[in-house]
Amino acid sequence: MPGTCKGMQTELTKPQSRRDFIRGILRNVFLAVLACFGGTVILRKVCLKADGADHGKACSGCPDLVRCKSPYSWLARPVSTRRTVWQLDPAKCIQCGRCATNCVLRISAVKCVHRFEMCGYCKLCFGFFQPGADTLTSAAENQMCPTGAIRRKFIEEPYYEYTIDESLCIGCGRCVKTCGAFGNGSLILQVRHDLCVNCNECSIARNCPAGAYRRVPADEPYLFKPASQNT
Amino acid sequence: MRKILVMLFLLVSTLTCFAENRFPKPQFEKGYTLPETTAPGPRSILLESVDVVVLLAALSLATWLVLKKRSRRGVFLLTIFSVIYFGFWKKGCICSIGAIQNVTLWLFDNQYVLPLSAAAYFILPLVFALLFGRVFCAAVCPLGTIQDLMILFPVKVPSCLAQILKLIPYVYLGLGALFAATGTAFVICRLDPFVPIFRLSGKLPILMTGIVLLLIGIFVARPYCRFLCPFSVLLNWMSKLSKWHATITPDECVKCRLCEKSCPFDAIQIPNINQVAEPRISGVHRLIMLLILLPFLAIGGGWAGSRLDVVLARENPTVRLAEAIQQNDQSELKLMVFEKEAFDGSGMKKEDLYVQAHTLRNKFRKGGWFMGGFLGVVFGCSLIGVSIKRTRDSYEPDRGACLSCARCFMSCPKEHQRIKKLNQVNC
Ligand code: SF4
Ligand code: SF4
Ligand code: SF4
Ligand code: SF4
Repeated sequence: MPGTCKGMQTELTKPQSRRDFIRGILRNVFLAVLACFGGTVILRKVCLKADGADHGKACSGCPDLVRCKSPYSWLARPVSTRRTVWQLDPAKCIQCGRCATNCVLRISAVKCVHRFEMCGYCKLCFGFFQPGADTLTSAAENQMCPTGAIRRKFIEEPYYEYTIDESLCIGCGRCVKTCGAFGNGSLILQVRHDLCVNCNECSIARNCPAGAYRRVPADEPYLFKPASQNT
Repeated sequence: MRKILVMLFLLVSTLTCFAENRFPKPQFEKGYTLPETTAPGPRSILLESVDVVVLLAALSLATWLVLKKRSRRGVFLLTIFSVIYFGFWKKGCICSIGAIQNVTLWLFDNQYVLPLSAAAYFILPLVFALLFGRVFCAAVCPLGTIQDLMILFPVKVPSCLAQILKLIPYVYLGLGALFAATGTAFVICRLDPFVPIFRLSGKLPILMTGIVLLLIGIFVARPYCRFLCPFSVLLNWMSKLSKWHATITPDECVKCRLCEKSCPFDAIQIPNINQVAEPRISGVHRLIMLLILLPFLAIGGGWAGSRLDVVLARENPTVRLAEAIQQNDQSELKLMVFEKEAFDGSGMKKEDLYVQAHTLRNKFRKGGWFMGGFLGVVFGCSLIGVSIKRTRDSYEPDRGACLSCARCFMSCPKEHQRIKKLNQVNC
């Protein structure tokens, strides 16, 4: 019996009908389209941006993903082996508190990050103490942080070191707000990439009132404001 | 002192200045080393490439299992692997269904850089569907496979109802592409019902939808795949053209009717050769009428789509903000307070915002024409599809709807013969 042992039995063995003919043509058209798409993906365009990271080479996406000036950009658009991840720009953030509640993770991937090099090591830290704190002690009712995630450690008179316990931080940004308004602004919110699952569309990004979120290259995943601006 | 502090707080609490050097850097007397600001990196690029390789391997394996080996057991094992790997381990993102939007955004916005992995996730299943049918759906897609494991007591969906429900994916695809092309949102990701299950956390309404769909899936096999999935539209088209598609029988169909009820997705078409054929001329008439109707449906659909611009554009945050600010100006009612605060802080002019919103609405109007026209054509084509009766002389899977799951194979007596032969050869 012909074909009994052959698993891949198709109508190749049957006479070709007109229907199959049309099918074949359309199939080849689609294969060609997908091949072109694949081709643009693999070949990519040559970077023409004079100060671009890939100038003269195949585009792998600029570090800042700026608008591309290549005349071929309509033909081949930037494709990158370089991945992107979500990050929030602290310069735009208004500490609305949605970072704490809008992440798809049960406890937000956004945490408060302390840039020590900008910190004043103040005895009265605006990020740490409630405005009406009775005494400058670490008593819970004195603290700004709802979960007590900020640790205060005496260094020497009058300096105190503040560190964030990220396992407790929920990313609400209350400390960030007051430190920014009255202190040096050394506390900022950032998406922590060891926690973030890198959603195709970040759930916080679409709810952020300030439009602070954007895709950044995965090899430079943080937007710390450089300390030089502060000194 | 404290009073002053409180007052200060009240005064300036709405105002957020960023990073001012109000307090000088301390001069420590004792040796104190500044702690490093930690910056844990994301998942490595290597793992991302591994994902693509695994996808390719899984697709090839699925093809081999369905077309060559004809083994339901193999497909089932691969299904379990895919749920675990692409679902629970990879936690969903990025998947082929969502990648539609990445590709669309990339086509329309030359600022957006398409990650290679997204391109691969989009293109590979389609190429495989063009060649071998929907093997991706059979055992690779995490969303499909998790539903596949729930099929316990499949019932037949009444075919007229199924015909109507089958149009939903087209609408979903149209809207998803429109929102992605305008850079508004990735709605397909937002409404993905199973990703919260893979992540074991997520927004409650979506999580509930996922669970409900899985429960429905016990009776109505793979409800998301058949009546919602936007990627299924593309796969359906590609699979219709496939070169080597799975067949129910390994040999010639003997019309024993044994496979008739074996497909949980109602994808098996029964032969209609013995039915009384209507006179050819009336069929041709109907076809001509429908073909004349088609352009009208397209234009009507396009017009209706373009009318939706204002409503659809409201999904865009910029448009929403512009509308809220306009309303705030007119009445006392305060909308989107945080958004407004951020806008005021950004120093952007209201007029610029309104111009932006206007451009976006125009984009939606143009896009609406395309989307509506597309839906009109789809509707017309599905009418034509229903009205044309093609003669079929054997039991065949509907190439578009068949998910190549291999369930029907074992119901065919010829398949049993084949296996017996195979065993004899092996002995
Ligand atoms: S949602 Fe946006 S504005 Fe609100 S805290 Fe997060 S980054 Fe800041
Ligand atoms: S990408 Fe997803 S996991 Fe990461 S911060 Fe945004 S919502 Fe949270
Ligand atoms: S129809 Fe869609 S959800 Fe279902 S298996 Fe195929 S791609 Fe996945
Ligand atoms: S292989 Fe296709 S026709 Fe057969 S049971 Fe699976 S989906 Fe149905």
